[in-house]
Amino acid sequence: MAKIFRPFLICALGAVVVTTPAVAAEARVAVATNFKSTIDEIEIAFEAQSDHEIIVTSGSTGKIYAQIVNGAPVDVFLAADQERPRRLEAGGRAVARSRFTYAIGRLALWEPGEAETGPGRLAGGDYRRLAIANPDLAPYGVAARQVIAALDLDDATEGKFVFGENVGQVFAFVRTQNAELGFVALSQLLTMPADVRGAYWTPPQDAYDPIKQDAVILARGADNEAAHAFVEFLKSDGAVAIIERFGYGTE
Amino acid sequence: MTLPDLSALWLTFRLAFLVTLILLIIGTPLAWWLANTKTRLKPVVEAIVALPLVLPPTVLGFYLLIVFNPNAAIGGFWLSVTGDTLAFSFAGLVIASVVYSLPFAIQPLQSAFESVAEGVMEAAASLRASPLDAFFTVAAPLSVRGFLTAAVLSFAHTLGEFGVVLMVGGAIPGETRVVSIAIYEQVETLRYGEAHALSLILLAFSFAVLMFVYVFNRRHRVHVH
Repeated sequence: MAKIFRPFLICALGAVVVTTPAVAAEARVAVATNFKSTIDEIEIAFEAQSDHEIIVTSGSTGKIYAQIVNGAPVDVFLAADQERPRRLEAGGRAVARSRFTYAIGRLALWEPGEAETGPGRLAGGDYRRLAIANPDLAPYGVAARQVIAALDLDDATEGKFVFGENVGQVFAFVRTQNAELGFVALSQLLTMPADVRGAYWTPPQDAYDPIKQDAVILARGADNEAAHAFVEFLKSDGAVAIIERFGYGTE
Repeated sequence: MTLPDLSALWLTFRLAFLVTLILLIIGTPLAWWLANTKTRLKPVVEAIVALPLVLPPTVLGFYLLIVFNPNAAIGGFWLSVTGDTLAFSFAGLVIASVVYSLPFAIQPLQSAFESVAEGVMEAAASLRASPLDAFFTVAAPLSVRGFLTAAVLSFAHTLGEFGVVLMVGGAIPGETRVVSIAIYEQVETLRYGEAHALSLILLAFSFAVLMFVYVFNRRHRVHVH
């Protein structure tokens, strides 16, 4: 063997020696974008009390789902809905009975330019645009429609809607003032400093179906210790406290 | 196969047609200037014109959202004149698309104008043709392929636009929900039948248009020198 390869060989051997006896494992966790800032904090807490590590990627629930179906290397999936994890479980791509609700999204009507907002604002009609997530694409869009219907505001809001692909986009529409108000996720607002947040109103939970976000262990992670340890941690009091602090409900 | 969403298709064609028209009108003098100017600013202007080729649509869309803000200068001016916001409106999409497709109009026109020999224009001038007259009777006919290429590329590029519209459009049916957005929604919601119908129309049309350009260019080769 050429001399030049020797350092690499030594490194490689070293790596084998170092990693083989360790019990720590690594899991790949794909998470819906709305949960990204929350999971960053959960990851820190998890890795502080465990030898295991997780690698987090984020994206829209629909795209992650399509990637998993097409063989993406994901061990744990934290979706923004129940539908996709359910399908993965039914299709045998997820570990049976590993599915559970890790967070319940809460909707907020946000109007940064005002000191106060609420259903009265929607009814008054004194605004040009009301941004909501596209109900065909995003659970927060469905919830926004339900709230509007529950408050009997269909006529007042008629023709004012603009649709974001997801709540992230709705947030951008309102933040850049192109829409005066919009239905976003409470968790998005709580990541903002309070002094720039402006007014928001959280509709009562009985005005819309709970936005349940389910997690599932995928077939690839069935024997991955880190994946199981992380999911257990996600159910722990410590993780639940973080999840609730970011504006989600839990079961 | 399901019936295609014709309102999205019609909206997209209207948008592409209007954008092409505007680009030919503002692109012609700009490209002519670029082809003939001796100023040292030329590379700066060329770089600005070419920016939409390399910038991701997300960057363009993000900046447009900020420019369209009705409480900022341009968005506010538009609102006071028209009573409508630029974001989430057809007019906003036209402006966004003009910016986005600008290089596709300028570059073919500029290279066509550059190949119009200086001597020809001088000859026209010596026959007492005004510069505008010389342009329309001499330079423009010699640049017919440049015009055609610019028009077709602008049209096709606007037809295929997605990222910018996604960011500033707001997906309002009949107003800003163009064909690419409709297809995207249909694919995301597993309505493959509808997605197929629209996609197939777009594919067939794009192919036919490009075929036409290549056939036309072969038949009408303009010899300048």
